[in-house]
Amino acid sequence: MRARDVFDRWLPWVAGPAMLIALYCIFLVAPTEKDQGIIQRIFYVHVSSAWTAFIGFGTVAVTSALYLWTGRDRYDRVARSAAEIGVLFCTFVLLTGPIWARHIWGTWWQWDPRLTQTLILWTLYVSYLMLRAFGGDDDLVRRWAAVLGIFGVLGIPIIIVSVRILPGIHPAVLMTREGNTGLVDPRMRLALYVTAVAFLFVFIWLVHLRTRLQRLADTMAAMHAEHG
Amino acid sequence: MLAILWKDLRIEWRTKEMLSSLAVLAVLLVVTLTFAGQAGTVGASAGRLAGALWVAFLFAGLLGIQRSFLLERENECLAGLLASPVDATSLFLAKLIGNVVVLAIMQALIVPLGALFMGSGIAADLPALAAVLALGNVGFAAVATVFAAAAVRTRSREVMLPLLVLPLLLPLVILVVKATGAVLGGTSLGEVGPSLTYLLAFDAIYCTAGWMLFDFVVRE
Repeated sequence: MRARDVFDRWLPWVAGPAMLIALYCIFLVAPTEKDQGIIQRIFYVHVSSAWTAFIGFGTVAVTSALYLWTGRDRYDRVARSAAEIGVLFCTFVLLTGPIWARHIWGTWWQWDPRLTQTLILWTLYVSYLMLRAFGGDDDLVRRWAAVLGIFGVLGIPIIIVSVRILPGIHPAVLMTREGNTGLVDPRMRLALYVTAVAFLFVFIWLVHLRTRLQRLADTMAAMHAEHG
Repeated sequence: MLAILWKDLRIEWRTKEMLSSLAVLAVLLVVTLTFAGQAGTVGASAGRLAGALWVAFLFAGLLGIQRSFLLERENECLAGLLASPVDATSLFLAKLIGNVVVLAIMQALIVPLGALFMGSGIAADLPALAAVLALGNVGFAAVATVFAAAAVRTRSREVMLPLLVLPLLLPLVILVVKATGAVLGGTSLGEVGPSLTYLLAFDAIYCTAGWMLFDFVVRE
């Protein structure tokens, strides 16, 4: 059985229950935070989405480099899918963040380093998707997109240092700069890790589906070109 | 008349091409302007001048850099260049240096004018200012040169170039506006601090990346 078929058969059965377990952990295992109250539970979704989005953008860079190197369409398809799903999760981050911030900071948005950094990354990969959507669909555009995917990831260190010159209020997730942990209760950590793993499965599954759709579309286009 | 209007709206409704790319572009502009305004709040008037100047440099510069590749489109010049025995790296370096020079000349004209309009004298010593502007120009031109070569060959090229380049340039905008504002306000180059180092890193990363990847961009 090929890896592709294994994914097809088993991933929904892994990702679905994993999400249910994650919900169980978020609402029933993790205790309610003392100061922030119930709103703090959005944090598990928020941080897991952020990690998943980073994995997505990393995948774009790696598969883009592989595509430039080998010229195989398979890598290009994965890069495109990972960018789409990465933007999806990055959007979750940008949606859940303000919902929390509205209650805790009293404002929807602040030009804090982390928020700014996430927004810059989001615009970066949205523009990648724009190129894919409206640039046309030939080998040239695929190569440009791959170059953009690599340029994007190269920019991340600079984005991180450049936004530091903005004043920051974002809380630390696991570690603060002084070395204290952000999450004290082990049940909170458990909920975070379970949610992160569940999101990872959902991410892999969605990328897999999207890649398959792209492959079918490419096959259709090739058939269309051949037979008129 | 109504039929034409109806046709236009229907095309747009079907493709949503213009609407979505314009929406993203507008978001990018808002973010860019916010950064230009925010990063420059050090010394009030010098900071505002730095922000305004860099917004002008960015948009005028993008048009100029795009133009340098539109020229090559006429009579298939780019194809000719690629067929001749020069490799893509020389092409990249030539275009990059050319664009940096054009940006510098433009700035030599606009900076005094900007200072005049904003009513703030330039307290900076000129070599420091020139150094900061040059660092900004190199990074800007390195990113824009690579994607101008691509964007001029896409269907919607007018929108595509800023769309591709602005997100990559946002960190540069934050850094360079901060540094320019500081220097314009009379801070000496040594005191500007980490933003100069980061700018240098930005330039190094994207010049190298452009130099290595340009071949993939221009090759037919």
